[in-house]
Amino acid sequence: MFSLDLFLNAIVAGILLGGFYAAVSLGVSVSFGLLDIVNIAHPAFVILGSYTAYAMNRFFGFDPLLTGLLFTPIFYTLGVVVYRLYYLGFERKGEESLRGLVFFFGVLFIVEVALLLAYGVDYRMIEARYVGQSFHIGVVGIAFRLLLPCLVGVMITVALHLFLSRTFYGRAIKAVSQDSQALRLMGVNPVKIKRIAFALSIATASLAGALLILIGPVEPSIGREYIGRVFAIVVLGGMGSISGTLAASVILGVVESLTATFSGPSWAPAVSFGILLVVLAVRPAGLFGR
Amino acid sequence: MAWSGTSGTWRRMVGTVLIAVTALGMAWAPAARAADPIKIGFGMALTGALAGNGKAALIAMQMWAEDVNKKGGLLGRPVELVYYDDQTKPAAIPGIYTKLLDVDKVNFIVSGYGTNVIAPLMPIAMERNLLLMGLMGMANNEKVKYKNYFQIMPSGPQPALGWSQGFFEVAAKQQPKPQTIALVGADAEYPHNALEGAREHAKHYGLKVVYDGKYPPSTVDYTPIIRAINATNPDLVYVASYPPDTAGIIQAAQEVGLRAKMFGGGMVGLQFAALQTKLGSKLNGVVNYEFYVPEPTLKFEGINEFLARYQAEAEKAGVDPLGHYIPPFAYAYVQILGQAVEATKSLDQQKVAEYIQTHEFKTIVGPVKFAPNGEWAKSRVLMVQFQNVQGSDVAQFKKAGTRVVLYPEEWKSGTLIYPYTKAQK
Repeated sequence: MFSLDLFLNAIVAGILLGGFYAAVSLGVSVSFGLLDIVNIAHPAFVILGSYTAYAMNRFFGFDPLLTGLLFTPIFYTLGVVVYRLYYLGFERKGEESLRGLVFFFGVLFIVEVALLLAYGVDYRMIEARYVGQSFHIGVVGIAFRLLLPCLVGVMITVALHLFLSRTFYGRAIKAVSQDSQALRLMGVNPVKIKRIAFALSIATASLAGALLILIGPVEPSIGREYIGRVFAIVVLGGMGSISGTLAASVILGVVESLTATFSGPSWAPAVSFGILLVVLAVRPAGLFGR
Repeated sequence: MAWSGTSGTWRRMVGTVLIAVTALGMAWAPAARAADPIKIGFGMALTGALAGNGKAALIAMQMWAEDVNKKGGLLGRPVELVYYDDQTKPAAIPGIYTKLLDVDKVNFIVSGYGTNVIAPLMPIAMERNLLLMGLMGMANNEKVKYKNYFQIMPSGPQPALGWSQGFFEVAAKQQPKPQTIALVGADAEYPHNALEGAREHAKHYGLKVVYDGKYPPSTVDYTPIIRAINATNPDLVYVASYPPDTAGIIQAAQEVGLRAKMFGGGMVGLQFAALQTKLGSKLNGVVNYEFYVPEPTLKFEGINEFLARYQAEAEKAGVDPLGHYIPPFAYAYVQILGQAVEATKSLDQQKVAEYIQTHEFKTIVGPVKFAPNGEWAKSRVLMVQFQNVQGSDVAQFKKAGTRVVLYPEEWKSGTLIYPYTKAQK
């Protein structure tokens, strides 16, 4: 069944999917990879972003991507609040490992139940002119529904990479992940830096959620399906490496797409996680980890 | 004497009071029993993955209880529904039904929504020899063959086959006759069963299976799957999917340009307004199963009144505003139980079960008669084609014409637009 058409289409579809995976995983890359905060509630915040995009689209006709962008400051503020609670309740007392995990489980359930009460259990989709449209470059077909999430995913990656490498706060976030005591000696409050970093990670969920609802329907608990995948991407890319997260996302996307096209889609998760195991065996720090 | 006289009077008074109390008690006791409600117990998915369906089913069941009680109840006693949230978790079922039977002392049990919660309920009913009415279970009685189980989904005595029968019968009548088929579905219980039936039909109709694949339910992008199917050039594509994958597959089919002549079959989700309205005209041409659609050939007594009331309730409860898929059947399965209790004038599980086994019932979903295995004696899984869908207005799906019935012949309301690409234009 192999043909060049199919192969090229599978590669392109995989890259597009990878860009979307990157958008969903970047927040976890910051919180888990850089701050060592196991925020398993991150996909729930992504779903919250999806519902925000849905509500703004339904009631005001806003484009989901515009909503995603407009609500980033609000999600940032939400991140500040969540981190404050986490810090006061657990991190300050040195109980962040297990109890912190339970805290984020709780946050996950609260977000899900709140969405359930507000929107019910039905699947929600969004209307946008470009959903369902596609174009061709030669034999390769590209759907706008997948192209836009990929482009936005890449843009968030680049923006985050530049922020972390070129700005004072960005470098401070990297420093706090390496040695918070040393950072304190330099006169910087590590708690404040962690709060900014965590809030940034939640802010990305606003855009990622808008991208998710562009791709397909959502319901309040659908975020759980992404927990395993996003943590696998972060580990595969190398903890805390933003460019590694993008690379790992694209690798997983392409592998899934190629497997689905040529070997049967049911093998896709097995092949993806097989690659993760092989990479970790050969390079325990992940592809771009130090 | 005076004392004795007084004592005698006192004794007479006490005696009179005792007799009066006893007499009153005797008179009161049957009256109290008569006023005791007949309790029907069940677990229902009010949270979890299938809560949308569970909540809609509950509304319908409450409407039935309300209707019955307005008419004086069953056997002169009011009906009370006793239910708990099963959270769409099969593991919660044994605990819920043990409580219903041993603590709440319900008179009858009925199942919650779906195959997965009926499966753990079967052994409980069998152990206690209880009558069990099932709501939308796929082949739950296939292996255990329990005589007191009756299931309301109209998939017929051979559910896996009855499910896709219409798709293949409709396809077989087209010219030129389709030769090849692609089978695809989610890697989960329902799609497994549906695809198994489809494989048998493909064999029976002499169709060559050119693609037979399953995908994990967590799949995000379906375009590679549709491209792989397109590469095999199938005449027919039979899909067994759940709501999120249904939406993904239809969008991908549109984007990639699926070339099949007939497409659809067993896609769950297309029965609900949420997906219908959002997919809109992308649905045109898709042939899919349904249990009820508002076509002129399916005007059963009471269905229109039921839907009008349900739709008003659904709006308040935030569940499927159409209510064509599960609610009428949720109403019907308790309607059958009620009719059997009235006819036998008994609450005896065996008597009522025997009556259900041997009689036909007139319900809001039409006449229902059960086969010995508790499934419908004859399959009435409708195969419909989406036609004339425009935009996202929900009102168009409340009227006839957007889902025309192609199969079975006796309920047919329109003609297949063939091939799929023609219907898309």
